Amino acid sequence: MIRFDRITKRYPPDITALAEISAEIGAGELVAITGHSGAGKSTLLKLIPAIERPTAGSLLFNGQNVGALPPRALPFLRRNMGLVFQDQKLLFDRNALANVLLPLEIAGFPPREARRRAEAALDKVGLLKRAKAMPIALSGGEQQRLAIARAVVHRPALLLADEPTAHLDTDTARDVANIFIEFHRVGVTVLVATYDASLFPSARCLALSQGRLV
Amino acid sequence: MNWLSAHGRAMQLALARLIAAPLNTLLSILGIGILLALPAGGQWLLEHLAALGRGAAATPQLTIFLQVEAERPAAEEIVARLKKRAEVAKVELLAREDTLERMKRQESLADVIAALPKNPFPDAIVVTPADENPVTLEALATEARQWRQVEAVQIDSDWARRLSALLHLARIGLGLLATLLGLGLVAITFNTIRLQVLTREAEVEVSRLLGATDAFIRRPFLWYGALLGLFGGAMAWLIVAAAMFALRLPVAELAQLYGIELELALPTLPFSAMLLGAAAFLGWLGAALSLRQQLRAP
Repeated sequence: MIRFDRITKRYPPDITALAEISAEIGAGELVAITGHSGAGKSTLLKLIPAIERPTAGSLLFNGQNVGALPPRALPFLRRNMGLVFQDQKLLFDRNALANVLLPLEIAGFPPREARRRAEAALDKVGLLKRAKAMPIALSGGEQQRLAIARAVVHRPALLLADEPTAHLDTDTARDVANIFIEFHRVGVTVLVATYDASLFPSARCLALSQGRLV
Repeated sequence: MNWLSAHGRAMQLALARLIAAPLNTLLSILGIGILLALPAGGQWLLEHLAALGRGAAATPQLTIFLQVEAERPAAEEIVARLKKRAEVAKVELLAREDTLERMKRQESLADVIAALPKNPFPDAIVVTPADENPVTLEALATEARQWRQVEAVQIDSDWARRLSALLHLARIGLGLLATLLGLGLVAITFNTIRLQVLTREAEVEVSRLLGATDAFIRRPFLWYGALLGLFGGAMAWLIVAAAMFALRLPVAELAQLYGIELELALPTLPFSAMLLGAAAFLGWLGAALSLRQQLRAP
């Protein structure tokens, strides 16, 4: 599904975030990208939805060379994926349900169908009762689960998550990790960047250190 | 989702945002309304005056005044001469005695005329030309001025032509004003949309990451600008209507002093539609320019 072929990413003036990464991730896999802070986990994840572009090498997603896609093709690339960001990027001016509805509005679902799906997604992460709550009123774990609901509501084949369990206490982190494992179990390809691979015992590990696979 | 329902949703969203900040919205609408009311009101008044001018210009006439001491045969000779000419449709002699009688009947003038030792009015000949071409009329007037015993020649459509020249000038002035104030409207929406984009930065960023197209992101902002313009146009309409209502009686009285019947009316449907359409378009344009500058893909 995803193929990294000698991917290098440099930032000016002379920082190499990723160096000659080659890897392949098949459909239906659960992969944990591990490594210390600054090892390049986030950068690697950001290449897949083309939030960042590789400096050298090629990245194929479903046979498409992501690095070569024109800007107008990016929205349609991103709709194939569910993204959980390190800083969650929830919108604080609207309630939980409206946050989850956003990807469906973007994809053009009819309102009634969208609402049904959004409620199903909230239910799946255990937040249906808080659908009307504003994100600011949610706990850290709930906010993270809300971010996951928003990422999966349009039923993407690929779920990308950047440190989804950071800032959570051990029990909450385990709950959140289990949600990802659940999605993997029903056939979603899951790619998680994490400092704690033990949360995902069934995952294949890609270990990064200073921008290289080890 | 089809194109129509996408726009429907964007319009709803824009309306909701306008309503969510009522004071801001009201102030913007008031600003745009006042800005547009000036050229719109001016244009509407001009249309009234232009209608007056059209009514008068339809019957241009030439009046030839003879010298007071001129003999009646001289006048009759001129009448006969004029009747032979092809460019003349009708000739009418106003004998000086008749004019005196007519003036005596006017209450305000009766005393003055009675005090005069002799008839001050000359014989006059009113000429209606066959065609309305002002050049023909002008040529005839120039020629008649050379004739013996002719004191003065007056083209009765003169005032209509002056009015038309004045209207022409006023139209250019209004055009300049409308252009300037239209630019002002574009500037207002430009800035309003700029602030809107800034306060919705997070939403724009997240939407992009979730796969929103540029069109999806722009649509609500464009509707916001167009609706702001439209409501501002409606405000301008109300201001113009209120001004017409307030001016109706004073203008009618003033016009009567000049012997003109002038009744100010409310803007007609085509005029109103034009005003609202132009306002919405300018609002949309301001938004589009603003978005072009702000939403460059990172």
